[in-house]
Amino acid sequence: MGVKLKKDKLIIANQKFDSRLIVGTGKYKNMSECAKAVKLSGANIVTVAVRRVNISDKKKPLLMDYIDPKKITYLPNTAGCFNSEEALRTLRLARDIGGWNLVKLEVLGDKKNLFPDMIETIKSTEVLANEGFKIMVYCTDDPLMAKRLENSGASAIMPLAAPIGSGLGIQNKINIKIIRDQTKLPLIIDAGLGQASDAVIAMELGCDGVLVNTAIAKAKKPYEMALAFKNGVIAGRQSYLAGRINRTLSGGPSSPFEGII
Amino acid sequence: MKKKVKKIKIKLNGKIKLIPEKIKMSDLIKRFKIPINKVAIELNHEIIDKKNINKINIKKNDTLEIVHFIGGG
Repeated sequence: MGVKLKKDKLIIANQKFDSRLIVGTGKYKNMSECAKAVKLSGANIVTVAVRRVNISDKKKPLLMDYIDPKKITYLPNTAGCFNSEEALRTLRLARDIGGWNLVKLEVLGDKKNLFPDMIETIKSTEVLANEGFKIMVYCTDDPLMAKRLENSGASAIMPLAAPIGSGLGIQNKINIKIIRDQTKLPLIIDAGLGQASDAVIAMELGCDGVLVNTAIAKAKKPYEMALAFKNGVIAGRQSYLAGRINRTLSGGPSSPFEGII
Repeated sequence: MKKKVKKIKIKLNGKIKLIPEKIKMSDLIKRFKIPINKVAIELNHEIIDKKNINKINIKKNDTLEIVHFIGGG
């Protein structure tokens, strides 16, 4: 008989999601590859970018024709915005497309490493929260900045594991753990993961979810990697909930000494 | 003989376009085959209510941005 696990949902701004894996929809070869990878990942939320409609090529396929926003939650992002003004403009437009209040804020400050500009990020969070947005915020892994974001009205804290698209995995586990211990807000690792084990580590640290794009889209086999991340997130979450054993420096036999021949 | 329609210059998604004068926003949407339910529209930096597109007249030198969702991380 299988073990029955309690219904364990990801809750963000009072919305419940079955999957703790959020996937990005960029960098795929084409829309159908993206849609299939999203399906295999089991994600309930996908990030999307806001861009100009191509007015000269009207036959260009639309994302909404491949991923149904009624079935999968679209999380509009502000990728490519380098100041508060651009980010606010983008998210106000995003909300107008279909009434989305749940958004991902990302204000970049550094073109080389794509690190977030936390001053602009906090400023934007305050404005958006006042306008009724539910903001999931891409941020540095600095516990103090995470606290400030929380106080500014963020709905989820999303620190980077490493630079966006770098595939380096979680570089500062201690900071992630400190942020986990100080906040009750959903904590989601956003950016920098490279393989499924990175997602396991994030979940075992107590994160509520992970957001992955490049690691799946640019894997040699994106469909297989989408599945691997799905399973990694589930394994990591179960491992976290199960409670690991204490670490010791000495060995302890797994077989009893009693009755030894 | 049909009277020649005067054209006006507007900026649509960063590109200069010539369109007939006294055109409504709804006509423009049709002309460029824009899927209205899948976009947001900014007219001179202000988001317009899509319910009002047949009440809005496009004027000379208007700047329009029409955006939608594409793949992104």
